[in-house]
Amino acid sequence: MTTALKALVVKDLKLFFGDRRAVIMSFIAPIAIASFFGYIFGGNGGKTETSKIAILMVDQDHSKISNDIFAQLNKDKNLDTKAAGLEESRAAVKKGSAIVAIVIPPDFGKNAGNAFFSSANKPEVGVFYDPSHGAEQGMVQGILTGTIMQSVSKEMFSGQTGQVFIDDALKQVDTNSGLEAGDKSSLRTMLQGVQQWNQRTGTPNSGTGIAGNGGLTVPYQIKEEAVTARAGVQYNGFGHSFGGMGVQFILFMAIDAGIGVLLQRQRGLWKRFRAAPLSRTMLLGSRAISTTIISMIILLTMFAFARVVFGVRIEGSMAGFLSVCLAFSLMTATFGLLIAALGTTPEATRGLAIFVTLIMVMLGGAWVPSFIFPQWLRKVTVAVPTRWAIDGLDAMVWRGQGFNDAVAPVLVLLFSALVFGVLAVTRFKWEAEG
Amino acid sequence: MLEVKSLRKSYGSKVAVDGVSFTVGKGETIGLLGPNGAGKTTTVSMIAGLTRQDSGDVLIDGRRLQGDTDPVKRKIGLVPQDLALYDELSAGDNLQFFAALYDISGSKAKQVIAEALTLVGLADRAKDKVGTFSGGMKRRVNLAAALLHDPDILLLDEPTVGVDPQSRNAIFENLETLKARGKTLVYTTHYMEEAERLCDRLVVIDHGKVIAGDTLRGLYRLLPVTNILEIELDDASGLDLALLRELPNVTSAEISGSVLKAGVRDLSTGAPGILQWLTAQGRTYQHVVSERPSLETVFLSLTGRSLRDV
Repeated sequence: MTTALKALVVKDLKLFFGDRRAVIMSFIAPIAIASFFGYIFGGNGGKTETSKIAILMVDQDHSKISNDIFAQLNKDKNLDTKAAGLEESRAAVKKGSAIVAIVIPPDFGKNAGNAFFSSANKPEVGVFYDPSHGAEQGMVQGILTGTIMQSVSKEMFSGQTGQVFIDDALKQVDTNSGLEAGDKSSLRTMLQGVQQWNQRTGTPNSGTGIAGNGGLTVPYQIKEEAVTARAGVQYNGFGHSFGGMGVQFILFMAIDAGIGVLLQRQRGLWKRFRAAPLSRTMLLGSRAISTTIISMIILLTMFAFARVVFGVRIEGSMAGFLSVCLAFSLMTATFGLLIAALGTTPEATRGLAIFVTLIMVMLGGAWVPSFIFPQWLRKVTVAVPTRWAIDGLDAMVWRGQGFNDAVAPVLVLLFSALVFGVLAVTRFKWEAEG
Repeated sequence: MLEVKSLRKSYGSKVAVDGVSFTVGKGETIGLLGPNGAGKTTTVSMIAGLTRQDSGDVLIDGRRLQGDTDPVKRKIGLVPQDLALYDELSAGDNLQFFAALYDISGSKAKQVIAEALTLVGLADRAKDKVGTFSGGMKRRVNLAAALLHDPDILLLDEPTVGVDPQSRNAIFENLETLKARGKTLVYTTHYMEEAERLCDRLVVIDHGKVIAGDTLRGLYRLLPVTNILEIELDDASGLDLALLRELPNVTSAEISGSVLKAGVRDLSTGAPGILQWLTAQGRTYQHVVSERPSLETVFLSLTGRSLRDV
């Protein structure tokens, strides 16, 4: 019995490793794609420079305030700001060469200054944006709000425009017959106070103080800290991408393993197996064992490559990592058997199996992180075994979690393997057709 | 050795095998003869335990197959109709794998593989990948794979389909060798000449039913004629065929051009009678030939259609 089991497993391994296409698809392709995704999504120890958002600014005002807005946007590390004309900007956004264009209208500086102290006659800032970049548009609007607030407040509190505004306001207070004497006195005191502040702090825009040289600014600073396995360990995006791509391509390999059973049936080999005194458990079990071994070899080879080339370490429990790999490999093997059990012809089965696999991989978060999914979809993905595989690998590889955090993914994957396995055995077409 | 009793199998509403029965003794070769779709392969599948019958029994040495791992399966060697081999592996590796399915490994495996390859004449190609072999060579490896565990009964499901005459002849020689070694062969085919050359007895199957089962001689006896005598006359005009048909053992007579075709039940008495009658009629002839009716004729006679009408 052992001889037969060993022969069945060794035969599968021989066939797999003797098939150049299978080896390329299972080893080289996932490594290449994982390397690419890892580089794009924060690989290289998190040092990869992110690309800047290209924006255009149409300055129809040419005021001190609008000039200052342009200067500040130009300094922002997240933006690549260029000046442009109105139609040129609209065309650029339409074409996709710029993501957002900001239009500062004529008299913006003056009107924004007035609107700073009263809600009337707020000037409109036009924003053209590429609808396929909603996230970037939101980010640019946030930066723009802060920048305009700072530029306008700076000018209003300490700039020439602000002084003219205060002089005008003092005159209006004196001539306004509608105001009570007490109110007039209070307003005059406030405006004169600002006037004295400006005179004491010297020339416009050179002073110090709350609004002095900088204008109103965001009253806090952000101290960023990427929380990884432990202090001093930087996030390595290759850790996630190698796990994700490993999961995807191993599932593809499982499809081939399932299709392989259908091809064996088509070629009459299954008749030979069934004619021999072998149990059904052995026939399907040997297939599950060989697929599990191949999956483990692929995963371990991929992470060994990632370790050597990209410095990806198993920051968490090694036992947990190996357990997740093994449980996922078993799940994959039984998934392959299920394909073989439910499939009809190899040709018809392959397309459907690839579709199902891609859905599983997508929902598992191998392509894009699952946190960007809508809430309801995130709940659905809990039922997708690949999600647990990827989360489990992430936890053990770069999140630095202990073995306890591998238990849930391992149990879910083993349960999935059990369900797939039982379904495969019960639905398998054992009888030869005449 | 092998008893098949009232086997029945249907797929949905289609009855594939309908009460097939026959027995095969040790060392005997029986042919299951019938057109494609007659139920031969389904019958073989039930004998090998690949398909469960709806009713009926298969007994091997008086024992019924009990489950997938029944050691009785070792008595059977199956040669499927398909080329059930791995093209990607060498002939030797293929056979080593199939031997292991019967728990044969190590030096024993080497020995049985060498013997099997020698029998089929491919000992020198053991290391070559099967994918590089011709169709005929693959058929021979397909046969060799069924011999490794030295089964008493060989189930051969159309083992010569799609091979060239030379390879077919080689396979036949292999089978005759196995027959000489005392193996029991169950051979399905729709080729008459194969059945005639190899089989001791024939079971003719059509639409899932046995329509005749006998030795070759016995089957010929079912025919109204056993031989057709063709006589090329110098002058066939005005010959009274009604008189000819009244002669003893003559079953039919017709003229085609200058050739007289007469069916006779017994060639040794029928032929001299016809020739004497022609001489008495003053007829001379240039050429006489006797043609034996084939199994094709038997099948046509039994079913009303040709074996290859499928």
